[in-house]
Amino acid sequence: MNFRQRSPVWAALVLCALATPVSADDLTAEVMHPWTSGGESAAAKVFADKFTAAGGVWVDRAIAGNDALLAAAMNRIIGGDPPSASHFNTGKPFEELIEAGLLRDVDTVARAEGWAAVIPKVFLDAVTRDDKIMAVPINLQTENWIWYSREVFEKSGVGEPPQNWDDFFAAADKIKAAGYIPMALGGGSWAERFVFQKVLVSVAGPELYLRVLKDRDGEALKDAKVQEAFAVLGKLRQYADSGAASRKWNDATNLVITNKAGFQIMGDWAKGEFAAAGLTPGKEYGCTLFPGQEVSIMSGDVFVMPKLKDAQRTQAQDLLAHVLFAPETQIAFNIKKGSNPIRQDVDVSSMDVCARHAAEVLKDPARQVPNPQFLMTNDGLGAVRDVITTYWNTPAMTPGEFSDALGKVLASVD
Amino acid sequence: MQSKRISRHLPSFVAMLPTTLFVVIIYLGCMAWTVAISFTTSKVLPVARWAGATQYERLLATERWTVSVHNILIYGACYILGCLLLGFLTAVAIDQKVRFENTLRTIYLFPYALSFIVTGAVWQWIFDPQLGIEAALRGLGLESHIGILSSPGTAIAALVIAAVWQGAGLVMVMLLAGLRSVDGEILKAARVDGIPIWRAYVSIILPELRPMIVTSVVLLAIAVVKAYDLIVSMTQGGPGIGTEMPAKFVMDHLFERGNIGLATAAATLMLLAVLAVLVPWLHLEYFRKAKGGAR
Repeated sequence: MNFRQRSPVWAALVLCALATPVSADDLTAEVMHPWTSGGESAAAKVFADKFTAAGGVWVDRAIAGNDALLAAAMNRIIGGDPPSASHFNTGKPFEELIEAGLLRDVDTVARAEGWAAVIPKVFLDAVTRDDKIMAVPINLQTENWIWYSREVFEKSGVGEPPQNWDDFFAAADKIKAAGYIPMALGGGSWAERFVFQKVLVSVAGPELYLRVLKDRDGEALKDAKVQEAFAVLGKLRQYADSGAASRKWNDATNLVITNKAGFQIMGDWAKGEFAAAGLTPGKEYGCTLFPGQEVSIMSGDVFVMPKLKDAQRTQAQDLLAHVLFAPETQIAFNIKKGSNPIRQDVDVSSMDVCARHAAEVLKDPARQVPNPQFLMTNDGLGAVRDVITTYWNTPAMTPGEFSDALGKVLASVD
Repeated sequence: MQSKRISRHLPSFVAMLPTTLFVVIIYLGCMAWTVAISFTTSKVLPVARWAGATQYERLLATERWTVSVHNILIYGACYILGCLLLGFLTAVAIDQKVRFENTLRTIYLFPYALSFIVTGAVWQWIFDPQLGIEAALRGLGLESHIGILSSPGTAIAALVIAAVWQGAGLVMVMLLAGLRSVDGEILKAARVDGIPIWRAYVSIILPELRPMIVTSVVLLAIAVVKAYDLIVSMTQGGPGIGTEMPAKFVMDHLFERGNIGLATAAATLMLLAVLAVLVPWLHLEYFRKAKGGAR
């Protein structure tokens, strides 16, 4: 190959180098995030606009899919070419990066702005190492909603969703008899995990939930309340339809939107699907944390800031941290995203009825638990998901057998 | 004599050197690295902390792994036999000097040009109770609640059907090439001798096709070991863990679950299983060659 043949390659390389802003005068931040769907990218744009308004230069690195983003971010951070900031789920997923010394703290900004006083304790603990805040929490999600179609409930003679499980099953029978799919399900073991944790916390309560998933207490698994929860989970299996196996979670939400199914158990990101269909919470569809105990299972997103050599870009990280956590950014972002602000000192009256209700529940620490991502690694959670999905899809498996299998897995993972 | 041979072969040695180095360093090096990592406590990042056989103990105690191994045996056997049978029958049919042979050959081979992701998505729609065959049956007024993809046994069968649909065309083309090289006089002679036509195919033609069949089996077996994309796009390993396969176990644990140690342990067992099949076969081939006999 002579130089002339090679010149397009060189040109391409030069163009690539030019396309990456390296100007030393700008406060440039290269941000990796997974928000690519309509509602999500509108939410990401809020961050970009606020950062630009504050004098920064936002370089967007969106990668579709949480898992794909995780793999890409890990590769870049470990490989020595880190972005300025990358999205992670709150909890254990970024713990090993902290241990390897690859992330910087944002403690100077956090202390100056008094973050510790306004972040709920579970979230504060999840981002704090050695008394230093290591990531910017940006939102708070409730994972255990039941989203229901008001039309299907009314036409089946149910009205509003009942507050205990016996009545709830009676209502589900009525919905089935009226010719609807009672429970919309889709998304495989990922979604079945939400059903499992919702039933566990609502039947057995927050204390036993934590003893099972956090302390991995074998005795707690034998508790009558926990056994009852597993029986409720088993009974719930018959209310999903046979199409659930190959359906995606948002297609399941669509069954509720189009009044083909009664309800779906899903996190508050489902609101984005309802919004895209032009529906309003409280009007065409409803949200409830019942039946059983009304508890919020919380999850969230954070941005981690890898250590960078360039002082200018490190300064840009501080500006980014400040902008992401500012009250007006928090409100604007979370309205688009469907989640709640992580700061508990902002006014949520401009948000929808479900978000306001979540904020109400979240004022009471006794009515909230962290989701399993705070309590176990991706590996451990994956193994637990395998057991849950086996139980859910094996009608012959008894609650006792599920309890034994779950106990074995919880004891073997970390 | 000896030095003459070396000087004659030297240029080809030099030419092969980059490839050889590439194979040794990239392939064998990565294999060795994978095996080594499987004996460490590596989670998200590779670390050099010795773990002994604990990853293997956990792996063998994991139900999902045992289900995966069980599944790939069933899937592999049905897929290879299905492709060979269907491929052979279509090859024989086309070999009867039918009209539009080129068109038919293209149609049969066409699925092979699709990626497994596309094949999986299409067949998922076909088997979907609300979209596909079952919906059509209900549209005709027939009761149908099979739910092909919602029970593990039938879901595996659905995977095999999709995979055979894709793979049979390749076998057909290879066997057809083989059939064309068989002397047509053989069949005529068999007819004169009053030998039934099926007997002539089984006892005379099939042995002639042996090299083509061996090549087909090797290609199909490679596809079985790699089985990942078809499962991801068609069943996601579900319902439950009913259609999980070893390659998906490795990929999930490498990336999504961040447990490199367990993933490499599973990959090492896959390597051992392949070697357990490959080594005796290679030995047999070379042993027979050394004896200077059969083809």
